[in-house]
Amino acid sequence: MVETRNAGGPEQPGKRDFLKYVLSGGLVALVGSILYPILAYLKPPIQAEVAVSSVKAGKVDAMEKDSGQIVKFGSKPVILIKTANDELRAFSATCTHLDCTVQYKKEMGLIWCACHNGKYDLNGRNVSGPPPRPLDEYRVTVQGGEIMISKKS
Amino acid sequence: MNGRMKKAYDWVDERVHLEDLVKFMGKKYVPVHRHSIWYYFGGVSLFLFIIQVLTGILLLLYYKSGEELAFESIGYIMSKVQFGWLIRSIHSWAANLFILSSMVHMFSVYFEKSYRKPREITWLTGMLMFFLALAFGFSGYLLPWNELAYFATKVGTDIAGVVPIIGKPMMQFLRSGEEVSGATLSRFFGFHVAVFPGIFTVLLGIHLVLVQRQGMSEPIGMELHEGKPLKTMPFFPNFLLRDLLLWLIVLNLLAILAVFFPWELGKKADAFASAPAGIKPEWYFLFMFQTLKYIPGKMLFIDGEVFGIMIFGLAGLLWMLVPFWDLKSSRGQQNRLVNYLGLFAVFYIIILTIVGWLL
Repeated sequence: MVETRNAGGPEQPGKRDFLKYVLSGGLVALVGSILYPILAYLKPPIQAEVAVSSVKAGKVDAMEKDSGQIVKFGSKPVILIKTANDELRAFSATCTHLDCTVQYKKEMGLIWCACHNGKYDLNGRNVSGPPPRPLDEYRVTVQGGEIMISKKS
Repeated sequence: MNGRMKKAYDWVDERVHLEDLVKFMGKKYVPVHRHSIWYYFGGVSLFLFIIQVLTGILLLLYYKSGEELAFESIGYIMSKVQFGWLIRSIHSWAANLFILSSMVHMFSVYFEKSYRKPREITWLTGMLMFFLALAFGFSGYLLPWNELAYFATKVGTDIAGVVPIIGKPMMQFLRSGEEVSGATLSRFFGFHVAVFPGIFTVLLGIHLVLVQRQGMSEPIGMELHEGKPLKTMPFFPNFLLRDLLLWLIVLNLLAILAVFFPWELGKKADAFASAPAGIKPEWYFLFMFQTLKYIPGKMLFIDGEVFGIMIFGLAGLLWMLVPFWDLKSSRGQQNRLVNYLGLFAVFYIIILTIVGWLL
């Protein structure tokens, strides 16, 4: 849109357009150069995480039958379960529904999430409630009486 | 006014012409009718907000943010600082009463259709303030860094994360990383004490100026009573004095709650503990929480939680935009659909809150 009525001097649309582009371009550049650093600042830097491939989880004998415990696996919680028939199993303890930490529920013989009543069987399969996916399974080995949990490749 | 007061008043008046302001305030009248009681809840909400600002500032003098400090500093406030328990308890209780009275205010405005033309902007600013109040509640809940708050924040931010496309970056922004950690606490602290109060104050200013400028809304069909206009009372000072009396009652109620039902601190957050049995969000999130429990893992072709969150998001948006789709009320006609939707919302919220509370 070009203003045709111009109080002073003859109209010079070329010059006017030029000024318009320079000014609006400058404004965009100004806003951009202010916003970009702010938006970039809001984004948290990625923290280098120590990659953990396996952790020790205590002595086999120290763990009761038919019980579960949370084990630190790097920065993630893993649930280690000793079943009623003495089998060891480990799964990611992060509920696939909304990120709560699950627990072993003796009475039900299930893995249970207190937040929204999600249930998983002892193979990590989501059997009831809102969880959309099974829990990731971890490998459990015993070396010299010591429980080792490692990622399944 | 005695001589000295009058002198001071004249000094200011000469410079800024207070007379205009006094005249403006004298022009506002509050209609008197059988639904007049609902006019008080906006004022009560305002009072509770003021309490939040004051007690919030007091808490800031001792609170320390950070994974290793937050829980301990609130313990310190509650056990060592004189009347610290009282200030914190009032802040927690007033937060809940604030949301309750805002809800009453919002629903009364909705059912009276006071949002209709020309008060659409007042409704919009009010709704934005209501959402901010929930955000205040959610962010403030984390600050003590206890077990319940930790899992509530995990769940709440994970919910933000399931929103299509923008969800994931939004979750990282809220958590300040992939997981809820001390970095999240710092961020929530900043939101709670700086970002939200700033935005809220601007919205509140617009809201109050509009209420003063446009006057009180009268219910549809009540503008005339037996052929005569409604009875009114002057806002200043008659209504304001009634407001103040109610504020005093609310302050007493608050003191009773804070003293006899002190707010607990709970157990410190532990990233490597299971979520405790019986964990529940604050009551104002309960109905959504309970709904999420009932939605199965998969709905149609999307994850159940995505479905639930999109439904609630859509419902909230429709609710906020009611002045723009309810055109009948703006023309002064009855709109029963609005009433039915409102009643459905009220009953849904009440029933699911009770169910969530009991289960």
